[in-house]
Order: sequence, then structure tokens, then C-alpha cells
Amino acid sequence: METPTRTKTVEERRNVVILFAGDSGDGIQLTGSQFTDTNALFGNDVSTFPNFPAEIRAPQGTLAGVSGYQLHFGSVELFTAGDQCDVLVVMNAAALRANLGKLKKGGTIIANSDGFDSKNLRLAGYIDQQDPLTDGSLANYTVHSVDVTKMTRNALEGMTLGMKEKDRCKNMFVLGFVNWMYSRSLENSEKFLEGKFGKKPELLEANKKALLAGYNYGDTSETFTTRFEVKPAPMPKGTYRSITGNQGTALGLIAGAQKAGLDLFYGSYPITPASDILHELARHKNFGVKTFQAEDEIAAICSAIGASYGGALGITASSGPGIALKGEAMGLAFMLEIPLVIVNVQRGGPSTGLPTKTEQADLFQAVHGRNGEAPIPVLAASTPTDCFEMAYEAVRIAVEHMTPVILLTDGYIANGAEPWQFPQAKDLKPITPPFATPKVAGDMEKFLPYLRDEKGVRPWAVPGMAGLQHRIGGIEKEDGTGNISYDPLNHEKMVRLRAEKVRKVVENVPPLDISNGVDSGDLLILGWGSTYGAIRTAVNEMAAEGHTVGHLHLRYLFPFRKELGAILSRYKRVLIPEMNSGQLRQLIRAEFLVDAKGLNKIQGMPFTAAEIKAAANEYLKQ
Amino acid sequence: MTTANEVVNGSAAPAKVNYASDQEVRWCPGCGDYSILKQVETVLKEQGKPKEEIVFISGIGCSSRFPYYLDTYGMHSIHGRAPAIVSGLRAVRPDLSVWMITGDGDSLSIGGNHLIHLLRRNVDVNVLLFNNEIYGLTKGQYSPTSPEGAVTKSTPMGSVDHPFNPLALCKGADATFIARAMDRDPKQLREVLVKADAHRGTSLIEIYQNCNVFNDGAFEVFTEKATKPFHTLFVEHGKPLVFANGTKGIKLDGMTPVIVDLTDGTASLEDLWIHDERDSFKASILVRLFDDQGHEGAMPRPFGVFYIAERSTVESRINAQVEEAIAKKGVGDLDALLSGGRTWTIG
Repeated sequence: METPTRTKTVEERRNVVILFAGDSGDGIQLTGSQFTDTNALFGNDVSTFPNFPAEIRAPQGTLAGVSGYQLHFGSVELFTAGDQCDVLVVMNAAALRANLGKLKKGGTIIANSDGFDSKNLRLAGYIDQQDPLTDGSLANYTVHSVDVTKMTRNALEGMTLGMKEKDRCKNMFVLGFVNWMYSRSLENSEKFLEGKFGKKPELLEANKKALLAGYNYGDTSETFTTRFEVKPAPMPKGTYRSITGNQGTALGLIAGAQKAGLDLFYGSYPITPASDILHELARHKNFGVKTFQAEDEIAAICSAIGASYGGALGITASSGPGIALKGEAMGLAFMLEIPLVIVNVQRGGPSTGLPTKTEQADLFQAVHGRNGEAPIPVLAASTPTDCFEMAYEAVRIAVEHMTPVILLTDGYIANGAEPWQFPQAKDLKPITPPFATPKVAGDMEKFLPYLRDEKGVRPWAVPGMAGLQHRIGGIEKEDGTGNISYDPLNHEKMVRLRAEKVRKVVENVPPLDISNGVDSGDLLILGWGSTYGAIRTAVNEMAAEGHTVGHLHLRYLFPFRKELGAILSRYKRVLIPEMNSGQLRQLIRAEFLVDAKGLNKIQGMPFTAAEIKAAANEYLKQ
Repeated sequence: MTTANEVVNGSAAPAKVNYASDQEVRWCPGCGDYSILKQVETVLKEQGKPKEEIVFISGIGCSSRFPYYLDTYGMHSIHGRAPAIVSGLRAVRPDLSVWMITGDGDSLSIGGNHLIHLLRRNVDVNVLLFNNEIYGLTKGQYSPTSPEGAVTKSTPMGSVDHPFNPLALCKGADATFIARAMDRDPKQLREVLVKADAHRGTSLIEIYQNCNVFNDGAFEVFTEKATKPFHTLFVEHGKPLVFANGTKGIKLDGMTPVIVDLTDGTASLEDLWIHDERDSFKASILVRLFDDQGHEGAMPRPFGVFYIAERSTVESRINAQVEEAIAKKGVGDLDALLSGGRTWTIG
């Protein structure tokens, strides 16, 4: 099956962006993630962007119900899921209408013709139900119209499955076809199906048949004369796996807890797009992971606080609306000075906002969103694999500095996948909890639960430790003893001590480094979070065109490290692209009095590299 | 925070260990909380558990200052959330003895959601719900247990809200231990505390507690010598429901409790409802004896242990799953987890 058997030519491609789109019930996400896995296993670099509606089953055939999965794979290093698509695979008219704008001129459309009947055309809003596949409007593209429904049904003829179940195999026909188109073996997809349907032999057989039928269709149909090949990417030597951001976060949390020698307690309430962290953690109970699906967001964080109080690592995750509910409890954890990791997988806001779309608009919430002065270190992951590293770092900081830590990711990197050269457990930084020493008989010295070390960190005295009984709470406490104190000067002292402790956290993180481009010059593009890939690609291209541009990406976001001011001053201009109205820009301007300019996109969609490049070029002209 | 003349090593706490902390108790003079603190201290002393193995978690309110006054581990948390904090603590530390201190505002208003979930999950904790039918710490607003018409600072024309029947609410949430006690009956309170502590699961004790500043006398009819016998019903497992100094009893007429006279020959002890603390259906009726005591023929208010059921605790189920996962898959291997099993190698 590896080698083309008929008179087909094979053309090599450096990188390909393919977008699968269809109804949210069409199995698009599965098709996309499977093809991603296959390419990753083959050795391509991959970057993905799943994009789906908030409704589980939006009205069939409508624009609102279109689910998409964009995959960028290549024989070169990739940093984004691609600005524009080379190939658009659409299961119905709505999917075409919603996504045609993302297709390059001259790109290829593979359309399920059955999804272009008059009803589908009407639902998609094509005027007079005019079929774009036949009316000539797609003349600038290569269109392959394939009746996927019919051919899937034909392939499954004779099987006792109902028509509905047979039609559910359509996505496998498509997967089989694209595997053929890009000269990939079906082995990986077959293995996946065996795992998924192992206990349902009939469904397994049907899915495999559809997969094979799609492949053979490409092989035999005379419509397709060319297949493509994308060679493995020259990635750094090593062993890789594919990982999504949410998986990376979950694994980083487990790894951190393991290295700290702590049980992991995860209190959470289901919310898009953070729930996959709960799902992943719940699978790994043999690591001492305890997951607790709480009655609400407040109970989720409070249970995690209770667990940390008991000497475990308490963790909670949510998205913006849930984080808002956790605000008071974050203040408590800050006041108690116990370890706690709070993950915010950001989505479009405010309020319920755009649950399945991405945004970076919770930075102010993370930095300022509590009553009183309650600074909490804020970390931000920049890619799916960086979610692992930053989750690990969040654990390390929370435990070693006895503080809640907020980790910001977002829907784009949480659901996106990329190859990951995973670390060895032994190479991960050690994490040492600052446990107090239980008293022995005869030791009469008074235990001071808020006596700080040189980092400003108090000892972690856990119930059960003899002689260290003490009371803590949200009320202002006396320095040292932790007893209730309303003394005015003590309060000011404590506010300053707690802030100083948090400030010292960034003395214990890697120094800032330009991630790409020049370290001084005309323009610095300063980013945080999931804009990394788009900025990196833009800076690469601009450097190649001779601009003196640098890219600095903040992963330890708050407090700022001191040298940031000096770095900013080495450039004539500073541009800060953000998927919000300019939150980092405001913080930077306030802290460093730098006249940074913003590039702000608030569409629930990630930046394209082209958008960043265009804004940067424009800025350079000023 | 131990005093100098005290044995600090708690691993074998001598009977005379003092469980009080060095902090000055700061409730209003005459507050019912003093008595409850005293009874808890007494019970702890009698039991003699090592201090370091005891944790008191509270929310916000007058009663929630309680943990500061005991030389155990303690957390004075945020309003209404103690049940959630307790749930996380118990999940990771099933070895500790955990007590939760809360009030009617803390656990029935702002924390009502957490309380019912604590009960259905059956977290092993002794919950002392101080009910004074008023918001004391915020200086006198009506609470979710204040009677309709209660005139308070926030309800000058009388409360328009129907109050909760706390124990009926808890029974509805499938609590496995339900009891009622009062600050003015220390002996009975201690008995209930001991039973509550012996129960594995959430032990919920509603304690009527007099707020002598903002709601003085709310429970007078149950606590004063002259009225107490006629308005209280002390239930004991296996014993008939008798009150009014033995002159009256309660029998079940079908599902309906009725008061009978034990002195005029119309009824005898054999006719009475025998309290069975293991009977869920009868407990559901018992918690419903909640009449306004001002009404003619009102049912007396029951005190004592209403109900005890055996049900596994959520922390035991959480930990059993961890053990089961380890038994099936072995202790987690971090390198195997990181590789995920589907890898490819370059170079």
C-alpha cells in the first residue's frame, strides 16, 4: 500500500496546510487529529488549530455548526498552524462557505458532493441554492467533488449496521483518502481504530473498511493524478511524541508533584476549554493523583487549598468565568501562603463570551483580579509543549515559594498539538518543599508559622507534625506568630513582606533572553502566550528581509524581571501583539515608561504571521 | 503556640493536656459560643487524641473564630467555604481528626451549596453548626434560619423569607449523622459530640446558640427551666418519645406523629414511637418536628441524635481508586508517562 501502483505522479511539498471542515457531528476533530498523529509519527513537524462551535450539535448544515481542524505539517520547522490553507476538505456547503476565505488562491478543495444538495445549500446561505461546486465560482481553485456519503455506504454494503452508523464512517473515508494523497500508510490509523473499537468488532470493521475505501479511491480514481510527499523535518535528534497543550499542562503538573514528592490533588469544575486537563489527570491515579469534580468553581479551588493545607499539592484549573469565581479563595491562599497552582485556559470573554474560541484577555484578571494587595506570580505558556514546562515551573514556584501561582494558557495552544521532544524524569529540576521540622519532646521553643527565610518563604507545617500546631486564616496576621492582628503598622509590614516574597520569585527563574532575531535594533516584538508561533514566523521572515528585529517572549510574566527594562531600551520601537485590547502593553508602559505600541486582535482567532509582519513593517516606516 | 509548662510532644498526649491555645477568647460576654468551646475542649481532653492530629476548619462568622482558641491545627477560612476546604483536606489526609465550625449564615446561606455536597459525599468530619438565627458579626441582620416576620436591622418590617429547617435540609441531602443540641445543655451537647466524633462520615450537629447581643432569647423556650420540659423532646435510641416530665409522649398514627397524654389512661408507653436512630424514614419525620413553639399544641422540638447511617466516605472511595489504579497499572512511572507510549525517533 506504500507505493503508488498506478500511473500517478508524486510531487514533493515542503509544507502543507490542510483544513478539515464539516458539521460538528461529522467527526472532523478525529479526522484531523488522526492525520496529525500519522504525520508526526512519520517525522514531520506539525502544528494544529482545532476550531469548533460552542454547541455540541449545532443545527446541521448551518454556518454556526461548522467545526474545523487545521493542520500544518512539513519537512521544515513550523511555528504556527499556518496562515492560509493549501487544501480545504469540506463535508458540506456550510463548511466551504465558512472557510473558503482561508484557502490560498489556486488551492485545492475536496468536497463531499452529498453535502451540497439543495437543503445544505440553502442552510449555508448560497443564494438561490446555487451550487458553488458547479457554477464556476470556484474557477480559481482546483475542485474535487467526491460523493463521500455514497461511496462510504457502498463500501459498507452488506454490513448489518444502520444507515446512520454507516454514515458516521464518512470521516474515515476522508482520512483514508488524505492518507493516500500524502503518501502515508494506513497503519497508524488502523492501530488507532483497533484501540478505539476493540470491543465493538462490527464498528471496527466498518471504520477500517471506510478508511481503506478512501485510500483505494485515491489510488484508483482517474480524477487524481498526483499525490504528494512531505519528507521528515530536520528536527533535533531525539525521541518525540505528539502532545496538545492541555495534555502538556496535565503532565507538567504530575511531573512537578512527583519531583516534589507530593500527592497531586486536582479540584475542578468542568469548563471549556479546560476540562481536558481534568480528563487527562483522572487517567493517572496510579501517580497518586486525586481528582475531585467539585460542586462549583469556588469549591474546586477551596478543596485544592484544603489539600495543600494537608501537605499535598493542590491544583485547580478553569477558564475566565471560573477564575472570576475563584478570586476570593485565591486571596485566601495568598494570605495563608501555601502552595497552589491555578491554571486559566483562557477563552474569549467577557462573561460567557466565546467558550470555544481563544483570547488573551485575562491577563489583568491574573495580575490584579483580587481584593486587597495580593500579587500572585503569573506564568504563561507559549506553545503546546511549553504548557508542560510552564506547568512544571508553576509547581516548582508554588511549592518552593509557598505561594499560589497562576498559569495562563489559552484555547489555541490548549487544543493545538505539536511534536514534543519529551524530557527524562531525571533531568527535570528538583523541587524541594520547605517543610517545617516537627518538634521533639522537650523542645519548648515557640513555633513561628510566619517566620521567613531569605527568600521570604515561611515553613510548611502540615497537620500531624508534632508540636507545630498553629492557626492560620484570611484575617491579617501578626508577623511571625500568625496570630490575628489589627495593628496598623503590622498590616503595612505584612503587605510589603508578602509582595517582597512574590517579587523574589523571579530571582529564581531563568534570565530573559531574546528568543529570535537581533538583541538590539529597530524593533522589538514583545509577546506572551500563544502568539509565540506567529511572532516567531514573522520575525524570521523579517530578519531574512534584512530588518533588525528581535522577538522577546515573556513566559514568567509577572512580576517582571528587572532586566526587561534594559532590553526594551535597546530597541527603537516596541510592538506588543496581543489577542486583547493591550493588557501587557499597559503593564509594560506603567512599569517601564516605554512607549510600546499595540497590535490587537480580538476575534477569537489567533494571529497569522502575515498580520504581525504587516503591522511590524508599517511601524518600521514611522 | 503552646504554653511553656505544657508537654509539646503530642505523640502520647497525657490525659491532662490542655487543648486551649494561648489566644484570648474574644466573643461577647455571655455568648453561647463559650459553652460550646468549653464542651468541645472537655471532650477532646477526655479523648486525649494528640493535638497535632486534630484540625479545626471554619468559615466566617462569630463562631468561625473558634479554631484560634484551640491548640490544634486550625484554619479560619472564607465565608461558607469550609466544607470544600475540608473535602480537599480529607481526600489527602484521611488519618486526621477533622472538625468544621460554621454558623447558620456561613453554612446555610453563602455556603449552602457546599454543605449539601459535603453531606451527600459523606466526608468524614464533625460539623458543628452554630445556629443563632441571626447574623452576629455583621451586627444583626436576619439569617436563613430566622423565623418569618423576624424584625432585625435589615428587616425593620419583619423578614419576608421562609426559614430553612436545617436538619430536614441535611436529611434531604442524605446526611449520615444528624443531631441537635444546645449551648445551655452542656451534658447533652457533650454526649452528642462524642457520638458525632465516633461516626465515620459527615456528622452534622445543629447547636442552638444564644446570641445575647442581637437575638437574645431566641431559644429561651427550649432552655429555660419552666418551659424546657414542654417544648423539648430528648430522643434516645431504643427509648419511647416522651416529654413534659413523662406526662406526654408521641406516637405515630400512620406517618403522622401525634401527641398523646400518658396520665389520663388514653395511652401508655407501649403506644409510643420508639426512637430508632438507624431508621431513615422515621428520621425524615423526626426532622420535620419543627413547629413554631408559640402555637397551641405545637410538637416539642427534638434534641439528641436523630439518625446514623453507615455509608462509605468519599475520601475512602477516592483513595480506593488510587490504590486500584496502582494495583492494576503499578506505581506511576514518570518516564513512561512522559513518553506516552507512541513515540518516534529522529537521528
